[in-house]
Amino acid sequence: MPDPILRLSGLAKSFDTNTVFEDVDLDVAPGDRIAILGASGSGKSTLLRCVNLLEIPDAGRIELNGDVVGNPEKSGRARYPERELRELRKRVGMVFQQFNLFPHMTVAGNVAEGLVTVLGQSSGPARERALAELDRVGLRDKADTYPSRLSGGQKQRVAIARALAMDPEIMLFDEPTSALDPALVGEVLGVIEQLANEGRTMLLVTHEIGFAYHVANRIAFIAEGGIYEIGTPDEVLKNPRREKTQKFLAEHRRFQF
Amino acid sequence: MNYNWDFASVFDNWWALAVGLQGTLRLFAVCLILGMSLGLLVALGRRAHAKPVRWASTGFVEFFRNTPVLVQILWFYYALPILAPVEISPFMAAILGISLNSAAYSAEIFRGGIQSIEPGQWEAARAIGMSGLQTMRRVVLPQAVRRIIPSLTNRGVEIFKMTTLASVVAYVELLQQGKLVASLNFNPLEVYTVVAALFLIILYPIVRATYGLERRLARSD
Repeated sequence: MPDPILRLSGLAKSFDTNTVFEDVDLDVAPGDRIAILGASGSGKSTLLRCVNLLEIPDAGRIELNGDVVGNPEKSGRARYPERELRELRKRVGMVFQQFNLFPHMTVAGNVAEGLVTVLGQSSGPARERALAELDRVGLRDKADTYPSRLSGGQKQRVAIARALAMDPEIMLFDEPTSALDPALVGEVLGVIEQLANEGRTMLLVTHEIGFAYHVANRIAFIAEGGIYEIGTPDEVLKNPRREKTQKFLAEHRRFQF
Repeated sequence: MNYNWDFASVFDNWWALAVGLQGTLRLFAVCLILGMSLGLLVALGRRAHAKPVRWASTGFVEFFRNTPVLVQILWFYYALPILAPVEISPFMAAILGISLNSAAYSAEIFRGGIQSIEPGQWEAARAIGMSGLQTMRRVVLPQAVRRIIPSLTNRGVEIFKMTTLASVVAYVELLQQGKLVASLNFNPLEVYTVVAALFLIILYPIVRATYGLERRLARSD
């Protein structure tokens, strides 16, 4: 097995007295597409947000391509200086449930923003790159409109282009289709599938189990404060070994026909 | 009531009012720029990580918001030189009083604007690797300022009218000159009517212009 792009070891997070997860270990190999499933409130999003340190884990280690992030201390708790947060986030792309586009910038401006402000590129090349990324998600013709004029699906595709423009080593998707009308889900999943086919490494928190089955090479089911069951889609989704996974999947199949 | 309006005696002294208007505009420009930029700094200070900065900023706001500008101007003019070996001109005293008071108010406006920006905007900016300052400058403030333009306009209008308070330390501005003309010609009715009209004539177009600015900035909505 090649060296992992991302290695989480002993990751723990709690809010006040509420333990979200403790002792999560996960190795993500290059090209891995790992879907993270679990009941709502199980901590899937929190886990994802710990990877780019939008949430600071209470304990554990994050390694990105062999680089240990932050300064682990004896207590097990690591300190994450501002500089390291920014370095990590440059290398990790994030797509949010609510898109979070910058409403005062055009579509191309949104995509180019990180290139200009964070990477210090001049606006000409940044715009070229932004247009190329917009082309990839099929929205080049919307480059000069403002986000308020876009549908939810289009907004999410712009958000994906914004993350891709930074050339991330790994992409994080936090329920990217949960805020969308059912009719708009397909276009976003299509883009994610295309990225998966290009061999991009990604972690995907989702409720779209069918999509996870087709696109992911591994499924991680979160329950009881950790990774409860992990394996290939066939293993976890077709022949789940453990009780809670079985119950979760049965619940989701209830209204299928 | 049969009063014979006589504006001729006012217009005969137009140059005195013109000198006053110049003083008013000068004071307004300085206080507007100082008050608003200091207000932004104080608003950022109230969100700072360092506790002493937060306390100092909050203390500043509460002190200057809860004391009358008129008293502040008088205090800076008459009291400060007793405490410190400084020479304070009427212009300086007026600048200090009006700017610091306006900074306290606009700090609250900026703070409200900044707080109104959804956390998702911060997260999206931080997630592409922006620093806190870059996020503030590129993402949060541009949106916040758009939302608070009506309140900032109010503040600007208020600053313009507050300049008349500088007459208390005999700074040469419109009201001060008006008083002078009125006392020479015994025509307070005409003079103060003209002074009030001049404020309206100058302020109204400025306010209209900010409506235009609001509309232009709303393009993206």
